[in-house]
Amino acid sequence: MSDVVVRVDKISKRYRIGGKQERYKTFREAIVQTVRAPFRRLSAKHDDLSNTFWALNDVSFEVKRGEVLGIIGRNGAGKSTLLKILSRITEPTTGAIYLKGRVGALLEVGTGFHPELTGRENIYLSGTILGMTRAEVVRKFDEIVDFAGVEQFIDTPVKRYSSGMGLRLGFAVAAHLEPEILVVDEVLAVGDAEFQKKCLGKMGEVAGQGRTVLFVSHNLNQIRRLCETVAWLDRGQIVQVGDTQQLTALYETTAIQKAQDTPKDVRKLGFRYWYIEGKKVPFTNHIDDHQLTEIVFVLDMPTPIQRGHHGLVLYDSEGRVAWSAATNDIHLPQPGTYNLRYLLPSFPLKPGVYSWFMTFYETLSGQELDRWYAEQPLVVGAPLYTHPMEQYQGLLNVPSVFTVERAEAKV
Amino acid sequence: MQQEQSLIEQENWSIIIRPSKGWVSLNLRNLWEYRDLIFFLAWRDISVRYKQTVLGAAWAIIQPLFSMVIFSIFFGGLAQIASDGVPYPVFSYAALLPWTFFANALSESSNSLVGNANLLSKVYFPRLAIPIASILGGVVDFAIAFIVLLVLMLIFGIVPTIAVVFLPLFLLLALVTALGVGLWLSALNVEYRDIRYAVPFLVQVLLFASPVVYSSTLLEEPWRTLYGINPMVGVIEGFRWALLGTTPPGPMLFVSVITAFALLISGAMYFRRMEKTFADVV
Repeated sequence: MSDVVVRVDKISKRYRIGGKQERYKTFREAIVQTVRAPFRRLSAKHDDLSNTFWALNDVSFEVKRGEVLGIIGRNGAGKSTLLKILSRITEPTTGAIYLKGRVGALLEVGTGFHPELTGRENIYLSGTILGMTRAEVVRKFDEIVDFAGVEQFIDTPVKRYSSGMGLRLGFAVAAHLEPEILVVDEVLAVGDAEFQKKCLGKMGEVAGQGRTVLFVSHNLNQIRRLCETVAWLDRGQIVQVGDTQQLTALYETTAIQKAQDTPKDVRKLGFRYWYIEGKKVPFTNHIDDHQLTEIVFVLDMPTPIQRGHHGLVLYDSEGRVAWSAATNDIHLPQPGTYNLRYLLPSFPLKPGVYSWFMTFYETLSGQELDRWYAEQPLVVGAPLYTHPMEQYQGLLNVPSVFTVERAEAKV
Repeated sequence: MQQEQSLIEQENWSIIIRPSKGWVSLNLRNLWEYRDLIFFLAWRDISVRYKQTVLGAAWAIIQPLFSMVIFSIFFGGLAQIASDGVPYPVFSYAALLPWTFFANALSESSNSLVGNANLLSKVYFPRLAIPIASILGGVVDFAIAFIVLLVLMLIFGIVPTIAVVFLPLFLLLALVTALGVGLWLSALNVEYRDIRYAVPFLVQVLLFASPVVYSSTLLEEPWRTLYGINPMVGVIEGFRWALLGTTPPGPMLFVSVITAFALLISGAMYFRRMEKTFADVV
């Protein structure tokens, strides 16, 4: 008998697309459809192909007992669908999954919590919803309360909890599930640094006890810390399953290459493209040091602008604003192409992928002339100067000069 | 290829996930493993309802009590409807007791899956637990309202006959009926949101199609037996007979039992068949 506890065998999942408007049928529609059904059959094939979408397509892999498998991939790669099938929330369209042991899924923190109920009541409710018996909850009750650190508020309705307390309690319940196979979505992306650390610690502990964990995350650092093996999904298919260090590195470079491969969104009007002055193709969007950086945005205006103003926002990969600027009194005397230059003595960003959002306005009329989400990302490869632990990395990435000397005694 | 497949199947997997086709088994064992969940879901429904309302548990009494007063005035007093030799207030209240349970069960269960959509899309458990729990929650209200009946019987000096030992069976029949209809409605409501609007209307029609304000003895045989096709007929006449010693339900009871179980089994099967689409549709 092999030690494989999860065998995913040629799983595919098809969704009908058509959006939310079509989701709820009414009786009238159902009746009309039934009447039309015999006729519709004739054209059904054609219809089906254009209205369906394969979220997963022929996905196969295996996970051994005690293994921690990370699942990576871009948005829409099918990660969440895979988790939903693994946790039996939805069925695959074709294929099969074989599992040994109880499966616990953690797709959200605080599943089944009701704000009106107290912490104590919610522990029982959420615990049984996640698959514990009442006896198991009773046995682990004190541990859960202890882990969440909410002893004082255990008989207070959860609606009066701070969001942090609610999260802690929710995770505490889930963390004490003790399934043989644990399926975890990016729930760890929420909560403060300390909470995340606690969760990661608990998950490491779970894996240490010989249980199997399947973990989906966008955060490659979390994946690197927790997983030995990674399954890389793209457009519903497995790209590769293999060693975490190798595969995450490959994934990162591919993500950057993809960004370069995409035709530089050269537009006819408005903001056409951007580059970093002095960099050679294909690295015109790379920053790898903390030296003087000059960023150029190429703008094409069909009309002269007496007075214009524009806004610039740089988002990090999690959608937070990393930097922004607003510039007034821009004079473009003739129609044509202009370079808007931003000269920065240093750009102390943390390594990662960032994206630009630009706007341009005619000041007197207030008319918006352009609004542009640049397709080409800004890739920062500069070294990390901060504390190595993620929760202490903070916002800035600034090099510093360190010295130490003996202080003179003050009289 | 085929051989490899059968080799995989031979290992002792505890769970095999694969697309289900057509009618699926009810998998009652799995449901039984989740009995604690059913309990806590029912308990959540009750406790949230009581916490959120000012009158709380009093609503369990107000509903049937006020209906009884109104029915006694109009049907018992003004219309002089025959009440099988029992004072009209007790006569109608004994019927309103299972009726209110049934009516509330229908409205609660029909909306139960949609109301718990967040659970359906986030965690696995036997989906049957949700409508079952929503109906069981009504049993507590029933128990509270039952106390009022005892008070009424005391006031009117009615002593139950030995037939009272059958009362739990009639309550069970009411449960089976409510669950059968509830399973149908809850599963239908996921796909057809019309159900939510149809239920109050359905309840109103069924009220007069059931012997709540009148007695089924108004009907001659064989119509009386046929009347049992509405399973609430058997439940209500059973309640009256067991508690108040009125005319026994007779053969109509068998008809009611058969329809009730037919509803339950078909409802559960339909529910299980539709279950796989819940998470994607709801």
